[in-house]
Amino acid sequence: MTTIAPKMPKSWRTETKPHKFCPGCGHGLVLKALGEAIDELGIQDRVVFGCDIGCSLLSWDFFNVDSVQTHHGRTTPVVTGVKRARPDRICIAYMGDGGGYAIGAQHLVNAASRNEKITAILVNNCNYGMTGGQMAPTTLPQMKTETTPYGRDPEETGYPTQGPEMVAAITRENAYVARGTIANVRQLKGYLKKALQNQIDGNGFSFVEALSSCPTNWSMNAKETWAFVEKTMPEYFKIGELKAPAKKEEKIDV
Amino acid sequence: MTEKPINGEKRVFMTGNEVVAWAALAAEADIMYGYPITPQNEIMHYWTRLAPKYGRKFLQTEDEISAGFTTCGGVLSGKRAFTATSGPGNILMQESMTMAEMMRIPTVLVVQQRGGPSTATVIYSQQEVTMTCYGGNGEGLRIVYSTGSHQELFDYTIKAFNIAWKYRFPTFVLGDGYQAKMRESLYIYDPAEKGISMLKTVPFVGLEGMPGVDRDPSHLRNTYNTEEELYDVVTNLVAEYEKIAPEVIEYQTFDADDAEILIIAHGIVTRAAQAAVKALRSQGIKAGHFRPITIRPFPAGEARAVAAKAKKLLVVESAQGQFQRLVKDALYGLTVPMEGYFKPGQGITSEEIVEEVKKGL
Ligand SMILES: Cc1ncc(C[n+]2csc(CCOP(=O)(O)OP(=O)(O)O)c2C)c(N)n1
Ligand code: SF4
Ligand SMILES: [Mg+2]
Repeated sequence: MTTIAPKMPKSWRTETKPHKFCPGCGHGLVLKALGEAIDELGIQDRVVFGCDIGCSLLSWDFFNVDSVQTHHGRTTPVVTGVKRARPDRICIAYMGDGGGYAIGAQHLVNAASRNEKITAILVNNCNYGMTGGQMAPTTLPQMKTETTPYGRDPEETGYPTQGPEMVAAITRENAYVARGTIANVRQLKGYLKKALQNQIDGNGFSFVEALSSCPTNWSMNAKETWAFVEKTMPEYFKIGELKAPAKKEEKIDV
Repeated sequence: MTEKPINGEKRVFMTGNEVVAWAALAAEADIMYGYPITPQNEIMHYWTRLAPKYGRKFLQTEDEISAGFTTCGGVLSGKRAFTATSGPGNILMQESMTMAEMMRIPTVLVVQQRGGPSTATVIYSQQEVTMTCYGGNGEGLRIVYSTGSHQELFDYTIKAFNIAWKYRFPTFVLGDGYQAKMRESLYIYDPAEKGISMLKTVPFVGLEGMPGVDRDPSHLRNTYNTEEELYDVVTNLVAEYEKIAPEVIEYQTFDADDAEILIIAHGIVTRAAQAAVKALRSQGIKAGHFRPITIRPFPAGEARAVAAKAKKLLVVESAQGQFQRLVKDALYGLTVPMEGYFKPGQGITSEEIVEEVKKGL
């Protein structure tokens, strides 16, 4: 019997596959969508990819693109530093929800406010995956985690962070902001392409949150995991584009 | 090509912060990332006024965590990038400087020490010695120049860029609030005029060519999976650091050869120590002075050689023994008695040192 290797994006580094995420993890799907987006835009030789600490760190050698892994929450400033010094590069910051909305929230907010011309991709898996499933800013109400063993009580710990909504609120019209999901990889790829195109066009900050799975820490089987991603998460986190700049030629000067 | 910021050599009368900005310009620094904190602010103020005239850049970040990490990003892009800070900002920059140590990122950081702990004063101290040399979770694989005058601020800021890029260890210029804010005469110059050429910088990411086809991708990480893997990485880093240390260390001695009482001081306190030696010698007291310019790596052998000949050692600093710990470490095993004259967060005059020496006679 021969096994047929799944089709991989051209920009993936085959030498480092199969990748190291847990079975059923959404990170791989987000990175597949990203790989295809890079391929279709033909930017592989111009991308500088930065990854956070969190399960995103497992992507440090994932692509055939120049990559730098940094500290928990600090991917946004590292990638900002690269972009400011080398505006001709396409700079991507890849992080988790803990990295982007908790420890690195000030960086995300200020990069967005300053309209840094980078593309930030944030994987929302409702918990801190790498450290063993603690509460994240995105943990849903009543959801059990290692640090909310009786379920997240919004009275105690507030409501889940609405990241793209926040970024959309603090950016101007030249930003691109969307929330996609691994339950619809085609759509997610479309969002990522637009987010990268927005950087290529030199417009401004681009941000895509991807709803993603963490079956290991959710302690869910495949069916439950998929139901959680497809049904439960979008009830709270609405899928769609929150901000999409008009194409350059469509912009009207006033 | 844009004009050189300084042609030839010029005598000027400037504050130290202005000096640092001019030095960075002269050293062909491409970009500064920074966050406001006293007494460092005017480095940014002068840089933001001067830099655009010479095609250089600036980014004001949201905090010093970001200033440090954006500096790492700038350097990774192959640019001569730097930042400057003080006190609580220095604390926040320790995180990014550990990444620079681990990944051999040649960042340049100018520290103008202020009083500590906490917010303390915005004036002056030598209390950031331990943090600047050994801050962070690691082995302190950095190069730290402790300057004592405006001329040195200029010389060593230029040198810091070349040393950082030559050896690829994060490099610090350790000044203080007095040096930052005082005005003093000095010569500023085009490095080429002194036969100094700025080393070519190279990018670590964003290289030319199609990765995976024309070349391997550059994959940089600071996380390792096993104890053995990390042990190898750190052992190699330490070995390289120790190998270059003898080439990097710098120090000065003043009447140290026949000194019976050896004053050991660094940074701006060296000036009081030098004046005290003169005064004591004129009174027939055989005083001398040893001053490390690099406090990390520390010129341990050189310090030992002169300290061993003295009858008594006096460590003088504007901190509660932080510098003395480095000295003790270097002189371990010597039996020459050592005393400390410590004034955390306060300046020290030559008269005080003279008095302290005479008290102990
Ligand atoms: C300064 C610092 N604090 C804490 C940690 C420990 N830590 C590593 S990964 C992580 C959480 C990761 O969660 P998230 O960002 O949501 O990514 P995920 O693993 O879920 O993809 C934490 C807290 C760290 N590495 N550095
Ligand atoms: S712990 Fe969760 S997020 Fe991390 S690799 Fe496993 S499934 Fe993915
Ligand atoms: Mg997470």
